[in-house]
Amino acid sequence: MNALDQLQTPSDARPDTPIMEIEHLRKLFPLRQINVFGPRRAVHAVEDSSFALYPGRATALVGESGSGKTTIARMLARLYDPTSGTILFQGQPVKMTGGNALREYRHHVQLVFQDPFSSLNPVHSVEYHLSRPLRVYGHVHNKREETEQILSLLNRVSLTPAEQFIQKFPHQLSGGQRQRVAIARALAARPEVLLADEPVSMLDVSIRLDILNLLLRLKREEHLALLYITHDIASALYFAEETLVMYAGQMVEGGPSQEVIQRPKHPYTQLLLSAAPDPDRMDPNQKGLGTLSARGEIPSLINPPTGCRFHPRCPYAMPICKERFPQRTDVGNGHWTHCFYYGDGGANLEQPPLLNLATPPAPRRRTGRAQRKPETPDTKENA
Amino acid sequence: MSQIDPLNRPVPSQDEDGPPDNTLNQVAELEGTHIIEVSADTNGRAAVNTPISLAGNSATPISGTGTPVTTMIAGRLSGFWQAATRNRKVAFGLSVIAFFMLVAIFGPMFVHTDPNAFSQDLLSPPSASHWLGTTQTGQDVFAQVIYGARTSIFWGFLTGILVTIISIVIGLCAGYFGGIIDDILSLFINVFLVLPALPLAIVLAAYFPFKGPLTVAIVITMTSWAYGSRVLRAQTMSMRRRDFVDAARASGERTLRIIFFEILPNEISVVAAGFVGTVLYVIIFEASLEFIGLGSPTVVSWGSMFYWAQNNDALLLGAWWWFVPPGLCIAVLGAALAFINFGIDEMANPRLRTERRPKVKAPSTRKALTTKEAVA
Amino acid sequence: MAEALLNGNRAEAQTNTLLEVKHLSVDYLAASGVVHAVNDVSITLARGEILGLAGESGCGKSTLAYAIARLLRPPALITEGEVLYYPRTRVDEAGVQRVSTVSMHKREPRVQNLDIDEAEEAVDIMKMGAAELRAFRWTELAIVFQSAMNALNPVMKIGTQIMDVLQAHRPEMGPDARRQRALELLRLVGIAPDRINSYPHELSGGMRQRAIIAIALALSPEIIIMDEPTTALDVVMQREILIEITRLREQLGFSVIFITHDLSLLLELADKIAIMYAGRIVEQGSSFDLYDHPRHPYSYGLLHSFPTIRGPRRNVTGIPGSPPDLRAVPTGCAFNPRCPFAFAPCTGTLPTLSVADPEISEQLVACHLYNPELHPAGAPVEEEFAERYASLSERSKAS
Repeated sequence: MNALDQLQTPSDARPDTPIMEIEHLRKLFPLRQINVFGPRRAVHAVEDSSFALYPGRATALVGESGSGKTTIARMLARLYDPTSGTILFQGQPVKMTGGNALREYRHHVQLVFQDPFSSLNPVHSVEYHLSRPLRVYGHVHNKREETEQILSLLNRVSLTPAEQFIQKFPHQLSGGQRQRVAIARALAARPEVLLADEPVSMLDVSIRLDILNLLLRLKREEHLALLYITHDIASALYFAEETLVMYAGQMVEGGPSQEVIQRPKHPYTQLLLSAAPDPDRMDPNQKGLGTLSARGEIPSLINPPTGCRFHPRCPYAMPICKERFPQRTDVGNGHWTHCFYYGDGGANLEQPPLLNLATPPAPRRRTGRAQRKPETPDTKENA
Repeated sequence: MSQIDPLNRPVPSQDEDGPPDNTLNQVAELEGTHIIEVSADTNGRAAVNTPISLAGNSATPISGTGTPVTTMIAGRLSGFWQAATRNRKVAFGLSVIAFFMLVAIFGPMFVHTDPNAFSQDLLSPPSASHWLGTTQTGQDVFAQVIYGARTSIFWGFLTGILVTIISIVIGLCAGYFGGIIDDILSLFINVFLVLPALPLAIVLAAYFPFKGPLTVAIVITMTSWAYGSRVLRAQTMSMRRRDFVDAARASGERTLRIIFFEILPNEISVVAAGFVGTVLYVIIFEASLEFIGLGSPTVVSWGSMFYWAQNNDALLLGAWWWFVPPGLCIAVLGAALAFINFGIDEMANPRLRTERRPKVKAPSTRKALTTKEAVA
Repeated sequence: MAEALLNGNRAEAQTNTLLEVKHLSVDYLAASGVVHAVNDVSITLARGEILGLAGESGCGKSTLAYAIARLLRPPALITEGEVLYYPRTRVDEAGVQRVSTVSMHKREPRVQNLDIDEAEEAVDIMKMGAAELRAFRWTELAIVFQSAMNALNPVMKIGTQIMDVLQAHRPEMGPDARRQRALELLRLVGIAPDRINSYPHELSGGMRQRAIIAIALALSPEIIIMDEPTTALDVVMQREILIEITRLREQLGFSVIFITHDLSLLLELADKIAIMYAGRIVEQGSSFDLYDHPRHPYSYGLLHSFPTIRGPRRNVTGIPGSPPDLRAVPTGCAFNPRCPFAFAPCTGTLPTLSVADPEISEQLVACHLYNPELHPAGAPVEEEFAERYASLSERSKAS
């Protein structure tokens, strides 16, 4: 059961009320002024990002390093304060100050970190890690209740037999187990929103799916709103109903995962998809790694390009792209993008996508008998 | 799962950025799929994530039914005990200190001679009646050494504890909070760091209304806390960036709890090393201050023995039995403390460990059963 | 090729083979016991081939690569095996000549008129002396380490670092020649020549990685071992580097041993893939064969543990459990606790790497399912794999 299966059921249409709305979020990290008389330097980490999270749905935030996705997660978890913009939780703006208000907020929004090795304190046992949120948020009143709840949490994340894991220390657990403990810790607070910052990138390939499936199961059972941050766009297709693509701090495209990933509109999304490993496009008679639609590198965020930050690399760049960032254009089916190629605001339903991955190339049926490629004589033998 | 670094490459320290082995903060920047699975008890192959703590290295926690704090302490003690008995340096140092402690606590009960009592044997060398001889005024040196142990060791450790507590509080707060609090506390630390200890001690001790070990203890505390707090501040600043601190914040923990229950336990080995080093320093400094006459003349301690020996020209008179025993005691105690420090360093940083050769026969032939053999 | 080797038909194998690893085993002597990091691994590398070593953490792929280059230090111990390297030869009017400098340090004179058989003499890397090893390293074999961009000296310009390598190995080159070569190398890997005077911190991650590759190519080696070279890079940068590597391989003809845990990458990049688990190779074959028909249950599991971006979704399941701790490897086949097909012989006897399907002689698999004596029912088909994995994951989800 995964995201795509879920989309088939009409009853799982998007619920109307978002549980969290993020509007025009911006974050600047000021840099130390070396030249006192020069301009103020800052890292423009996030520019004007808006999206919403819905209960029982997973949203993927895809981008490379320097795209600002981790910064957004930390802002939502209130580990950083946004420079401007508002966060609405259940329709109410979130107060930016105050210890108690903060604790109340964290009751509802929890974050799972990327590195399972450093997100658990090495000197504390699993029991300690899980008991803290239970105590802080007042879910337990005595020791017996606490142990009960800890055991049930461990069972929910499939760390069984739970009694064995309670007294373990992080260094005695494998990466997957540690990440499960981190998820259990997040669940202990009974949040409505779970932010997962690249939860599986540091785990072995064969256990990533287990963790992702666990998160999906929890999303279903607890009706959580999940924000899944990743650089692996293929897993976004698998995991989330909605995908948002970020580049250099700007949100460039968003919409239903299948739409965005298989019919990408924005040139950057197309670049990401053509760069992602894709064994299905292998052709037995031609060993090629494909080509990239754009070269170049991610810009520095201290002096980012003006207007649309992708314009220096974009094969479709127009003069206006340098001047300002385009408005959101609706391209149909809940799919939107910020790209002058499709227009500047309004709707544009006709322009075809830059890449279409919906159908695979020549059929690659698994025959069980591979087509042997013709014996190629070694070309370098007589160099 | 342990991935042993085949090239024995230098492991980035805790301060260096990067995820592990396989390092830490750079992971946030690197969209990498760096799989760094290292366990902290891989001998000698330091995992990048080796926490600088005793518990991180091979502690098997006691399945405690107490509160998390007592479980923590119990776990830590058992880890400590294991580490202590395994590491020879620490074992040696601890046994020497244990010996001195026993002497200090129980010695005076068994020594019936009053150290301050005058007798007829003036300046006599060691003999049957006076095991370490007598002083110029006929006092028994052996009794003085035993009673002096109590004073020196007690005040040494007490001062050490005081200094450590102050340096922990100030260092951790400065490192955690950063910003203006850090600026103010750093100023404080730096001022105390540059104050010359000995002249200040002399001045203070001369002007204090009462003389005695307490004065010496206060003076030493005031002049020695700054160094430890600087070290802890740096350590805390690096620890602050680690994910589990952010995770604790995101779990709603209060700040003070994070500082003293999340960060401090990870720095225990630095604190322990600092404590041991401080005690060593304090014992010697106390002896020095008393030697120059700033202590109370009536209290018996190793330092005061030096004072009286110096005053009565023991060296010129060749009365080695007066100052050699207390000197030897200080030296041996100091050495024991230094050994413990080396041992703590080794436990915290696996690269310094000198591993004993494993008791394993070199593999000669490993024959795995092949299918042919199995079937046949 | 494997068949040829198995039949001892050396002449046929030698013309193509560049490196032949035979029964290599590496142990680590830790205080708690002996860890068999690499266990009886045999594999060949042809000229101009990209061999991919895939596996998860703790499978021994890095250890294997470093063992081949003899870069392991105690407590790592190579307990058995040999690694035969076939130096390149050239046939011209004078006869067959050895081109590589490795032979310079052997007792035989450098240029000889030899029959083709004799000329293709192999050198056992494990038995090389210090001087020979020094000549061998970097001129014949170069390594690009994991997180190599941190291997650049931060206080030296990258041009200087390239020229250092040249100076060390080619003392006869003058400063001008070195500089020319450095510029040529930078151009080769796609770095603008004016960057020769840049410091590493002035370059981006991708450029640093390319600089490292330039250093590796400095002496035109025959083999380049790359240990997770693109793990720390973004996916676009990764794709660029891989395109670069294949282009260079076309141009210069070296072979690559590419180590990574990202199997999807290898499927696109490598000619031959060997999958390792717990220190042994469990399956080996051309990337097409592997993708088309993975035979070992672990290979199947790995191939289906990452989702794809294309149309009809594949069934993605993952493999329950986790890779074993090398200090406590299960008896028999190390994969048996996690294997959906495990049956009686799996816990007792170790399967050997052998041909699964006589028609595809290059694909070798170490699994009892393909041993007609132990599993007379025959090999399972694809649907069975899917079924068994699905039921395994159902069971693990329910727990």
